[in-house]
Amino acid sequence: MKVLIVAEHDNSSLKACTLNTVAAGLKLHDQVDVLVAGSDCQQVVDQAAVIQGVDKVIVADNPANAHQLPEAIAPLVAHIGKDYSHILAPASTTGKNLMPRVAALLDVGQVSDIIDIKSSDTFVRPIYAGNAIATVLSEEAIKVITVRMTAFDEAAEGGNAEVVSSDFVVNQELSTFVGEDLSVSERPELTAATVVISGGRGMQNGENFVLLEKIADKLGAAIGASRAAVDAGFVPNDMQVGQTGKIVAPELYIAVGISGAIQHLAGMKESRVIVAINKDPDAPIFQVADYGLVADLFQALPELESKL
Amino acid sequence: MKILVPIKRVVDAYVKVRVKSDNSGIELTNTKMSINPFCEIAVEEAIRLKEQGKADEVIVVSIGTSASREQIRTALALGADRGILVETELEARPLSVAKILKVLVEKEGIDLVILGKQSIDSDNNQVGQMLAALTGFPQGTFACKVEVDNGSIVVTREIDGGEQTVSLKLPAVVTTDLRLNEPRYASLPNIMKAKKKPIDIVSPEEIGVVVESKIKTLRVEAPPQRTAGIIVASVDELIAKLKSEARVI
Repeated sequence: MKVLIVAEHDNSSLKACTLNTVAAGLKLHDQVDVLVAGSDCQQVVDQAAVIQGVDKVIVADNPANAHQLPEAIAPLVAHIGKDYSHILAPASTTGKNLMPRVAALLDVGQVSDIIDIKSSDTFVRPIYAGNAIATVLSEEAIKVITVRMTAFDEAAEGGNAEVVSSDFVVNQELSTFVGEDLSVSERPELTAATVVISGGRGMQNGENFVLLEKIADKLGAAIGASRAAVDAGFVPNDMQVGQTGKIVAPELYIAVGISGAIQHLAGMKESRVIVAINKDPDAPIFQVADYGLVADLFQALPELESKL
Repeated sequence: MKILVPIKRVVDAYVKVRVKSDNSGIELTNTKMSINPFCEIAVEEAIRLKEQGKADEVIVVSIGTSASREQIRTALALGADRGILVETELEARPLSVAKILKVLVEKEGIDLVILGKQSIDSDNNQVGQMLAALTGFPQGTFACKVEVDNGSIVVTREIDGGEQTVSLKLPAVVTTDLRLNEPRYASLPNIMKAKKKPIDIVSPEEIGVVVESKIKTLRVEAPPQRTAGIIVASVDELIAKLKSEARVI
C-alpha cells in the first residue's frame, strides 16, 4: 500500500486542509507521500516536509503549474499517482475540481468527500447532503479519494521528509488563468469557520444582517443565511447554507430567525453545537438545537453582542 | 455552436429522504422526483446562450430509467431543442456516465457541455471533470458566470474564499454553481410545445458503453439523529451554557 496526498497551497503556504488529508492518509498507512505541484513553491515544500508521517515530498515546481489548473495538474497527479494504491486530496473546491479529472485519466472511479475510513478499501461518505450516510467499497486498483476536512484532525508537525523533484510537466493551452478575486473579509471563510452565525427570513431585510455581523466580529465567526433569506434577496447566494448551498460543520452554529427547513438543516446539522434563536417556539430548528432561545431576535441579538 | 446539457432525475430537494429499512439505499417509492437543481441551472444557462445568439442548438440528455423522460420534457419546456434518453435500469456511476457522454459529445459534434456541478442525491461532483478528462476538453467547474467569445469561453468559478476566472478554448465542459442564474418557469404554451419536441431513446449498449462500477454501496444508514437540547430562558443563560457546558466560546 502506498498513499499519495495532493497538497493544497497557494505557492507560499500550505493550506491546513492538507493536514487533515494527511491525517486521513495515515489511517490507511503509517507513512504517506505528499505531492506539491506549483511554481516557486519551496516554502510549501518546507512546510510539507515537517508534517509527521510524511515519508517523501515530491515537488513539481514549474511555471506551467503556477495556477494549478486541472488541465496541467491532473495529468501530473495521474502520472505520479499511478504507482500508488491511494491518492487523496482535500474535498475543497480545488480538490473537487482536480481529482475526478485525475480519476478519469487513470480510468478509475472516485470516492468523494469521505468522512471515515473503515479499511483500505471501505469508506464512509455522506449522501443526500448528509441526510444519509453510505458505506462504500472501492475495488479500483487505485483509489482516488477526496477527504472532508472537518471529519479528520490535523496531522501534527515533527516530521523530516525526504524531498524529491519531478520534472514531469504539461504545457497546455486549453485553459488560461485570467484572474482571482479572493474575499478580503476579516471573517473566516464559511466552510472553514469554527463559528458560523446565520440569519433567515426572520431578519426581515439585508440591512439587519449588521446585527449578525457585530456578533460575528466578536466571535470570529463567518456569516451564513438560509435559502429563504437568499430567495427574499436579503443577502447574496454565496452565503446560503443548505442542501443546495454550502455545507458547514463548525464547532458552533447560531441560527437566527431561521425556521429550520429540511433544506437548511441538511447544510448545518453536522455542527458540533447548534444554537437557535427564534420567536416561534414551534419552529423545527429547535428540534435540532442544543440550546434554544425563544425570543425576538431584535432584542436578543443586541443583548448577546453586548454581553459577549 | 451546439450545447449538450446532461441532466439527472433526483429526489426533489424539498423531500425529506428516508433510508430503506434493509439499509440498501434510499426509499424512492412514492417520492417526488425532480430535475436536479444544478442541472436546471445548466439548462437555463444553455437556453440563455441560445437566446443571445451564441448557440444554435441545445440538446438535453439524461441517463436513467424511462421515468427520466419527465425531466427531459421539463428541460424541453424550458427551451431546449431536443432530448436524448440513454435508457438503463442500472445505476450509472460517474465514470460510466462520463463515458456515455463522451460518445454523445463526439457523435453530436458538441462545442460546449454545461452540466450541474453535482447531483443532490449521490453528491459526487465528478461527472463534468471526468468528461473533460476523457474528451481532453478544458473544464470550468462551479461556474457563477460564463461568457462565450470567439472560440473560447470565460468562466468565473466559485472557489473557497472567492472567485477565480479562467479562459477555456472551446470545446469545453462547464459545471454550474448556484449563483450562475435563476432558472425560469416553463410557460404553459412552452409546456405544450415541448410535447412535440423529439426525444431519442438509446441504450448504453448501442452507445458502446458498459454500465459498471468497481465502487459499490455496501450500506446506507440514517445519520446519527440530533436530539433537541434545552430551551434557555435568557441571553445570560445562553452565554453561560456556551461557556461552561458546551465550551465553544
